[in-house]
Amino acid sequence: MSLDAAMTAPALEFRGVGHAYDGVPVLSDIDLAVAPGEVLSLVGPSGCGKSTLLRLAAGLEPLSIGSILIEGRIVSDPRTQVPPEDRRLGFVFQDIALFPHLTVVDNVAFGLRRRAAPERRRRALAALEQLGLARFAEAYPHTLSGGQQQRVALARALAPDPKLMLLDEPFSGLDARLRDRLRDETLDLLKARGVAAVIVTHDPEEAMRMGDRLAVMSEGRIVQCGTPAELYRRPASPFVASFLGEVERFEGVVQDGHVATPLGRIPAPGLSQGAAALVLIRPEGVVVGEALADAMPQARVIDARLLGRTSLIRIAVDGVAAPLHSRMPGDVLPEPGAAVSVRLDCRRAHVFPLAQGALSDDAAAPPRSPAPDRP
Amino acid sequence: MAEQGFFPGPEAIERAGSALPARRRFRLDLWTLGPFALAGLIALPVLAVLAQLVLPAGEVWRHLAETVLGRYVLNSLLLGAGVGFGTAFLGVTAAWLVTFYRFPGSRIWEWALLLPLTMPAYVIAYTYTGLLDYAGPVQSTLRDAFGWTRDDYWLPPVRSMPGAIMMLVLVLYPYVYMLARASFLSQSVCAIEASRTLGYGPWRTFARVTLPLARPGIIAGVSLALMETLNDFGTVSYFAVDTFTTGIYRAWFGMGEPVAAAQLGATLLIFVAALLLIERRSRGAARYHHTTGRYRTLPTRPLGGLAGIIAAAACLLPVGLGFLLPVAVLGNWAIETWDYVIDARFFMFAGNSFVLAAISAAVAVAVALVLAYAQRRKADPMVSWAVRLASMGYAIPGAVIAVGVLLAFGAFDNAIDGWARSTFGVGTGLIVTGSIAGLVFAYLVRFLAIPVNAADAGFARVTASMDGAARTLGERPGGVLRRVHAPLLAGSALTAGLLVFVDVMKELPATLILRPFNFDTLAIRAYQMASDERLRDAAAPGLLIVLVGIVPVILLSRAIARSRPGQFRE
Repeated sequence: MSLDAAMTAPALEFRGVGHAYDGVPVLSDIDLAVAPGEVLSLVGPSGCGKSTLLRLAAGLEPLSIGSILIEGRIVSDPRTQVPPEDRRLGFVFQDIALFPHLTVVDNVAFGLRRRAAPERRRRALAALEQLGLARFAEAYPHTLSGGQQQRVALARALAPDPKLMLLDEPFSGLDARLRDRLRDETLDLLKARGVAAVIVTHDPEEAMRMGDRLAVMSEGRIVQCGTPAELYRRPASPFVASFLGEVERFEGVVQDGHVATPLGRIPAPGLSQGAAALVLIRPEGVVVGEALADAMPQARVIDARLLGRTSLIRIAVDGVAAPLHSRMPGDVLPEPGAAVSVRLDCRRAHVFPLAQGALSDDAAAPPRSPAPDRP
Repeated sequence: MAEQGFFPGPEAIERAGSALPARRRFRLDLWTLGPFALAGLIALPVLAVLAQLVLPAGEVWRHLAETVLGRYVLNSLLLGAGVGFGTAFLGVTAAWLVTFYRFPGSRIWEWALLLPLTMPAYVIAYTYTGLLDYAGPVQSTLRDAFGWTRDDYWLPPVRSMPGAIMMLVLVLYPYVYMLARASFLSQSVCAIEASRTLGYGPWRTFARVTLPLARPGIIAGVSLALMETLNDFGTVSYFAVDTFTTGIYRAWFGMGEPVAAAQLGATLLIFVAALLLIERRSRGAARYHHTTGRYRTLPTRPLGGLAGIIAAAACLLPVGLGFLLPVAVLGNWAIETWDYVIDARFFMFAGNSFVLAAISAAVAVAVALVLAYAQRRKADPMVSWAVRLASMGYAIPGAVIAVGVLLAFGAFDNAIDGWARSTFGVGTGLIVTGSIAGLVFAYLVRFLAIPVNAADAGFARVTASMDGAARTLGERPGGVLRRVHAPLLAGSALTAGLLVFVDVMKELPATLILRPFNFDTLAIRAYQMASDERLRDAAAPGLLIVLVGIVPVILLSRAIARSRPGQFRE
């Protein structure tokens, strides 16, 4: 492998990766590449296989199908298994996994074994300094708070200077405020060092906030991969659309290239005449305005709550059984019971074909059918 | 180490990684075969005993069944009932007092109540016999003080069924105390407070909430005490209360009837199996105690004045009768007999005891670590089944294990000896049953549960992610073992080794049956002296066993205090 190839090769690449536990497939047809310096969020509901994918990349699980490359070099395929210690990557575990018998500084120095003792200590202290943990250097992990422990785990993984970081739900055990701060700190640190990273999370907001790109997983497959804006604005499936944010759902039939909903007609490009369609609308696409005498449909405010920047308005609309949600700028805060007009913002609406006879819940499934069990 | 570390419970183990893909799943490797081979080897003595059941019952067995078997069963049941109620009463009362109240010395009673655990039942039996028999200081003093003669007064005889029950209760109640206290400590304050807010007073809360929640722990503790009762040989044999263990010993040595001895052993195993079942079930239930993760220091109420004195007396009684008084008496006798008991032979007995205990502890810990590693590497239910089988011996009476070892390896030894004789013209002697190898093996069978549970508890602290963290940080598997596992396991392994050490020093029936010719230990010496009615001469070896046993009791009490999450963080 030339130096050139190393410069341009993806930091991490999955090629046709599949995996099974006890004959039950948990991953299939995974093709994914992480560019050098890129932060990729791997997001999906619990049990979709994202953590397994991360453990396969680290060499903590043996791979059964496909291959995994780090900087253009095959590290895992059904014949080769480069052990985790030779992959030069950093791994941050969901349960933090600090060594309870070592002090904080010794934990951080754990991975610096090829260096002389004073040098190890100096580097470990420098890593702690960077995360504002220098004063805890001689403390034992159990005396630290959850956030501090997670920072130490990050410092420990970063200390050996890996080119690739794998983070498995690193902030899941922390409270909301701390989580926000640690997300920013972690991202700054990764970007400052130019480390490629894969962050596994089940929280779409965290995924969009941390990732240059997102790979959304469902039932062992990657259903869509792209920038947060691409995925949020142009979801490839009802699953992606509803996973990344709240949606209101309507079903209808395509007529003259449009689907009729109680809130108005929405363009349905690419769907044939008479086809059943599923319409998903984000609450910010449901625009509440002043009541107009001849407005259709008639709508009435159930309640309105200020959530800070935005307000969340529940409205009862003629011809719609359940209340609809509207998300408006915070200064729009109508009184309960007020008559209002409702308009659709078509850019916030997504139209998908609805399988014939399918119940609406099934429409949220990924577009491809689940893989049959491998023989 | 938590208290679960000492006796087996259905302790879940955090296992490394996950199962391998299907096609590799059933490949037999060393980590699967190893535990099975070990489990098989360890189950061998019990299987050998049970196998005798299919043999036609001999004349001796028929004789035993007609004459003594009924008495053995009746005595065992009486003994069990007495010890069960006694230990439950003393243990629960003491645990309840020190857990929920503050009174004079309550911090000291907390650990002092464990001290009788150091006292082998046969040593306390010898002590009280010596103290209370006709020539003993109590009766002599009474006679001198009141000018009585033999016929002027009557004291209940110590060497009787009630006496045996009292002796066993005094040394076995700590099992109940320990587990009841652990159950009380593990209860959420919220459950107690919820009961109070729902209108129950402190007494009814104790009766309706605290006690029922602790019931599985109490039952498990009583089961352990009863297992020890069935195991006891020294006390019942000295008190002439005929039970299975004395029957086995007599059938084997007195009548030379191994089959009859084994069949008695197999019958005894029915009782053991029942106890095991009860204990396992209670343990299982005990794990589902608390529904919340919230812990606060349990509120303790101060008891002043008379109530405090009564509480302190209630704790002093078992500690005093079960430890302080006998130790004082033993110490006194040991000093009296010092000049002729403490001789070169005494040091040889002590040396034998220590060497035997040290070897057994090392072997048991090593085997347990291998088993725990196998369980960690392969999350295979078959492997954990094998490990559980291997650690079942704590319930099997030592006499049964000893007979099983003799049956299982006797033929093997004779075959090797015969082969060597015919091939080389020189016999090997009995390699296993004629050397301390058989003894160490019997101890391994009986005490393996201690280090197995300690290793489980130790490995539970080493999460799978820690292995992963060490590996991704560039450490090889050997290095993970050296830099992560070894330092994290060292504490539990050492504690477990110490516990095995002490248990081996105390062990009497298996040692008596299996010891090589002329190989005497402190326990054997105490037994022999007592059998010769030289009770005072038995004091020095007995006292040494007790003193060595104090070390792990201190560790044990600290482990229990630490077992309550968050206890020291407030």
